[in-house]
Amino acid sequence: MAAFYSLILVLLLSIAGYFGGSAAGTFFGIIIPYAAIAVFLIGLTARVLQWAKIPVPFRITTTCGQQKSLPWIKYSRLDNPGSGLGTVFRMALEILLFRSLFRNTKAEIKDGPRLVFSERKFLWLAALAFHWTFLFILLRHLRFFLEPVPGFVLLAQTLDGFFQIGTPVLYMTDLVILAALAYLLIRRFSDSQVRYISLFADYFALFLLLGLVLSGIALRYFIKTDISGIKELALGLATFSPALPAGLSPIFFMHIFLLSILVAFFPFSKLMHMGGVFLSPTRNLANNNRMKRHINPWNHPVKVHTYEEWEDEFRDKIRAAGLPLDKA
Amino acid sequence: MKEENTPTPEQLVSIDFEPPRKSWMDPAVKFRKGTYCYSGVAKHVKYLDLPNPREWQPTDSDWKLPPDWKKIILDGMKERLEKYRSFRLFMDICVRCGACADKCHFYVGSGDPKNMPVLRAELLRSVYRRYFTTAGKLGRLAGARDLDEGVLKEWFYYFFQCTECRRCSVFCPYGIDTAEVTMIGRELLNLVGCNINWVIEPVSNCFRTGNHLGIQPHGFKDSIDFAADDLEEITGIKVDAPINKKGAEILFIVPSADYFASPHYYTLLGYMLLFHEIGLDYTFSAYASEGGNFGLFTSHEMIKRLNNKIYAEAKRLGVKWILGGECGHMWRVMHQYMDTMNGPADFLEEPVSPVTGTRFENAMTTRMVHICEFTADLLKNNRLKLDPGRNNHRRVTFHDSCNPARAMGLLEEPRYILQSACNHFYEMPENTIREQTFCCGAGAGLGTDENMEMRMRGGFPRANAVKYVHDKYNVNMLTCICAIDKATLPTLMDYWVPGVEVGGVHELLANALIVEGERERTTDLRGDSMEQSGAETTDA
Repeated sequence: MAAFYSLILVLLLSIAGYFGGSAAGTFFGIIIPYAAIAVFLIGLTARVLQWAKIPVPFRITTTCGQQKSLPWIKYSRLDNPGSGLGTVFRMALEILLFRSLFRNTKAEIKDGPRLVFSERKFLWLAALAFHWTFLFILLRHLRFFLEPVPGFVLLAQTLDGFFQIGTPVLYMTDLVILAALAYLLIRRFSDSQVRYISLFADYFALFLLLGLVLSGIALRYFIKTDISGIKELALGLATFSPALPAGLSPIFFMHIFLLSILVAFFPFSKLMHMGGVFLSPTRNLANNNRMKRHINPWNHPVKVHTYEEWEDEFRDKIRAAGLPLDKA
Repeated sequence: MKEENTPTPEQLVSIDFEPPRKSWMDPAVKFRKGTYCYSGVAKHVKYLDLPNPREWQPTDSDWKLPPDWKKIILDGMKERLEKYRSFRLFMDICVRCGACADKCHFYVGSGDPKNMPVLRAELLRSVYRRYFTTAGKLGRLAGARDLDEGVLKEWFYYFFQCTECRRCSVFCPYGIDTAEVTMIGRELLNLVGCNINWVIEPVSNCFRTGNHLGIQPHGFKDSIDFAADDLEEITGIKVDAPINKKGAEILFIVPSADYFASPHYYTLLGYMLLFHEIGLDYTFSAYASEGGNFGLFTSHEMIKRLNNKIYAEAKRLGVKWILGGECGHMWRVMHQYMDTMNGPADFLEEPVSPVTGTRFENAMTTRMVHICEFTADLLKNNRLKLDPGRNNHRRVTFHDSCNPARAMGLLEEPRYILQSACNHFYEMPENTIREQTFCCGAGAGLGTDENMEMRMRGGFPRANAVKYVHDKYNVNMLTCICAIDKATLPTLMDYWVPGVEVGGVHELLANALIVEGERERTTDLRGDSMEQSGAETTDA
């Protein structure tokens, strides 16, 4: 049901964008995008600052390899870093290559009983493919917002269309992101465990992204689109002198509306994992606990049972056992 | 030891992994015998000044909660959301990818979807969303639900069905650590007096007597003397084992099971023989007579209350540094919490091995060294003479205990010792060792007999890996460096892999250790014959 409701909601939003553009172009083309960006920036900043100001009382690194101990034992610099530099590399692997997700396996009980582990890298592959192509597509889109178009954007565009298939040239990222999103969505439906844990918001994010990608693909490959008009609007938005050119297609309004919804939804959702992954205390701290003291800013005194109290309580027994006493 | 109603292994592994059709958001928890732990006994709760001591059981319909329990929990949550970045972050950023699901031994062994780490945390997250986030005002659509007694009972059931082993955290793309979530969850439950006796009684004993088992100073002395006598019988050597000796160079801290339970006891014999052979100037303490810390399974405050005695005693005795024995969760506390909570240990010296002169660079500020680090250094410097043939009757594998593996990374040191002391050493499959090691199924205070079915379920992945090396290489000894393992793995082995004994690393070391002046050994430290029984010696 959660999937159904979120699909309906995304469809409604798409329809709103589609028809809203012609009915209220300025609202859907200028006001909503600005509002969405504002919500995104303020929300994201507030959220990250909120996390950042909460203390990290203990250094609770999850160690995934040999510790740095005796000099003759080879230690795992990346999976169990003993220093700040190692931690930077560990985080880089985590953020750029999804190191931990790469470990994923499947455990099944077979006859015997035997617990059997098998490779299960598709989740990692799809996640990595989605995130990297999304970044690449964002970079490509900078050509709408910048004039002259910077070299790296043109390069991204050329690389993406490297195989020169069709007119307009097919971007590989469009295919990859579609395949990755489809996999992530189908996995949520078909894997009964993942289906059981999935919430409305999980499907909503996926449908929203799919709507965004599909409308973008439609704009590029299937309908006649006034690229110069879109660039005019985008440049106007970027330079804070927005003007709405005439003749923008309804699919374009759908595209920009879904994008606005996505960025406005971002700070209130699990999509905040983008910021959170940098701050996770089990990953971003070196395992140097016994080398370097970690300070807890709210460390407070607690009620303890002192040696003196202990000796007082057990004095006779300590004496009878022939153990030394502080106060005879 | 087995509870009468524990299912047979065959019954136990016929598990249906298909989740129910009903949404998980409706709390529906049945306290079925064998799958939950009894409540904390009032006198122990009271002794510790913890809230709401009373007579109750999880199976009661009325849990006798304080009238304002909901406010207490929500205020407690708010406080912790502001004190632990980990907690807030782990409430916020899970994407429910499900990579953690089949990484949990309790899920693998039970098929209960709420034992998937993601859902275990969602039990708390759903309440977090409802009361602490904007989107949560939308209710169930936003994955939010009201806190009511049903939810609280579900928390109790599932937070005490997590052994806080952190295996899921290895696989999570954001390092979300269920141990952190359930530790805070248990803290919240403690605020309204919902705890289990297998945790609270040891904590209360430990606070009073210095150790979980409630052993008083004379009992401690007797145990150590008894061990020295046993060693004399086996080796012909009378070892010296000082207690509360001021001015000793090293304070030696062990989990109390080492001197009061079996098979831990043989590891204790191992330490004492080793220390004799190298002439270590050390002392036990009858006050700091517990390295373990069930505070870890109660609350952060309780960790600190119980851990306080370690540094305090080291200071009182005037030792130079601290050495710690084989124990899993004890080492999580010593490594990740002690210095922060009760340091700085500036009254101690930077630890240097008096035998080899090695400076333990990795323990420069906490000034506490793991016995496996200490012994591995002795071996590397050829300071010990070993006859590994004396362990030929043992075909050995090593179980990485959760905390030394995933909260320290103490992986190679124990292996180095075992491979020096044994001729027959075999690793279990790689998905089940090192950082991917599976819990014994009874850690974090769940090792009680009324919880037997859940223990056997949770321990299944570990036991199954032992069965693999037992079948393939005739492995007959499972070694480990954790007192909870040593207490609970024997039962697990009897259930899943009969014929495998459980022992400590320093037990096998001392079997092999050639001690100056000893008489020829006819038995190992257990009193077992060192003759190899024919069938078990041929390599598979």
